[in-house]
Amino acid sequence: MNFKGKDIISIKDFSKTEIDYILIYAEKMLPYAKGEKYKDILSGKVLSSLFFEPSTRTRLSFESAMNRLGGRVIGFADPSGTSQKKGESLADTIRMADSFSDVIVVRHPQEGAARLAAEFAYAPVLNAGDGAGQHPTQCLLDLFTIKTEKKKIDKNNVILLGDLKYGRTVHSLAYALSVYGAKLTFVSPTSLKMPKEVISECIELGVEPTQTSSLEKAIKDADVLYATRIQKERFPDAEEYNKVVGSYMINNELLKNAKESLIIMHPLPRITEIDPEVDSTPYAIYFKQAFNGVPIRMALLSLVLGGKKI
Amino acid sequence: MKKQLKVPGFKKKDLKIPRIKDGTVIDHITPGYAVKVLHILCIPKNNSSSVVSVAMNVNSKMGKKDIVKVENRELKSNEVDKISLICPKATINIIRDYDVAKKFKVKLPDEIIGIVSCSNPTCVSNAKEPVKTRFKVISKDPPRIKCYYCEREPEDIAEHII
Repeated sequence: MNFKGKDIISIKDFSKTEIDYILIYAEKMLPYAKGEKYKDILSGKVLSSLFFEPSTRTRLSFESAMNRLGGRVIGFADPSGTSQKKGESLADTIRMADSFSDVIVVRHPQEGAARLAAEFAYAPVLNAGDGAGQHPTQCLLDLFTIKTEKKKIDKNNVILLGDLKYGRTVHSLAYALSVYGAKLTFVSPTSLKMPKEVISECIELGVEPTQTSSLEKAIKDADVLYATRIQKERFPDAEEYNKVVGSYMINNELLKNAKESLIIMHPLPRITEIDPEVDSTPYAIYFKQAFNGVPIRMALLSLVLGGKKI
Repeated sequence: MKKQLKVPGFKKKDLKIPRIKDGTVIDHITPGYAVKVLHILCIPKNNSSSVVSVAMNVNSKMGKKDIVKVENRELKSNEVDKISLICPKATINIIRDYDVAKKFKVKLPDEIIGIVSCSNPTCVSNAKEPVKTRFKVISKDPPRIKCYYCEREPEDIAEHII
């Protein structure tokens, strides 16, 4: 399978076979991601890391992934010091980065920004999140986490919880889990329900999601609980945000009704949705999930740059 | 050879609006959509003296339909594409000297470029970037389109035609 030069914009651009291939390759990257082994297969390659929006995990794990494979990173974590402030278009910024590097990672507040970037760059573009749109590398690391923890992706009963309206990770994940045929339950406040078009996509892929606002009932049969933060920055006004923030709290009391084998995932950062008392339980997988961003991004960078196989 | 506009069983008394000498007849418009078609064609135009006739809810063999006749104007291909987005069954008749010089059904292309704006205000295609708007057609009848950039589907296409 040849990924050299391919843009990574949306999980929908990939077939199930291609996703499986990436997940298997990411598994091989694990000892290199942990620093137990080292191979400089991306030596001499330069990554442009263009973050027009704040990020901790995504940016650092991309940088770690590139460094672990012997590549170098240039870029910015805040656009305030760039020509964007002078009114430069995204297209022109991308043209510049394209001439300085071999691969481009971009996070941008506008939906479709990565797709646009890919039009103006010869180098492969990896979407690190475009507004409320797509975040394919997060989706891949989520699938990787489910696969490594549960040994399979299909046949799991997965709850997607929280801000299902604005949350980009849950939109991509609902689609990808439907590709694998997992059972889906959407739990959210009424005002933050999963958009109709996402539900339609799941149905087209043969999965009929269950929708409820009761986490207590849904958790009994769940194999995976994927919680998300209510994202203040995506709300049009503070009043609407205040109505729903704190709607759900995952704590040890709630988990008394859960299966022993349940895993709890979260794309982080979390605010109040997971009580810190849960961190020390075997259910808590979210920090391991965050680490999994490194092997997944190592696999992707290596594949799109045509690095030697590990 | 020029083709005469003849309909079996047609009688002159059935003519709801008069024939035109030169121009375009847009037939089989989805009932109730004639006004939207006029909007797409930027009619009425200031300082134009051409006659425009509109018939709504006209009976036909295929049920109700609207008809628009525009004198002294032949539609451009991008105008036809715009009409196909809201009236997938519409027929365009180009009239020259009272005869039908050309007749064709509108055909929705697989991709719509530069004629519809994205309904998502935070889509990058609505920012000041050097790109035209671009949509993939995901259903031809009823017409449904999806933004190439942000993957959003506008609920009311007519509202976003540029």
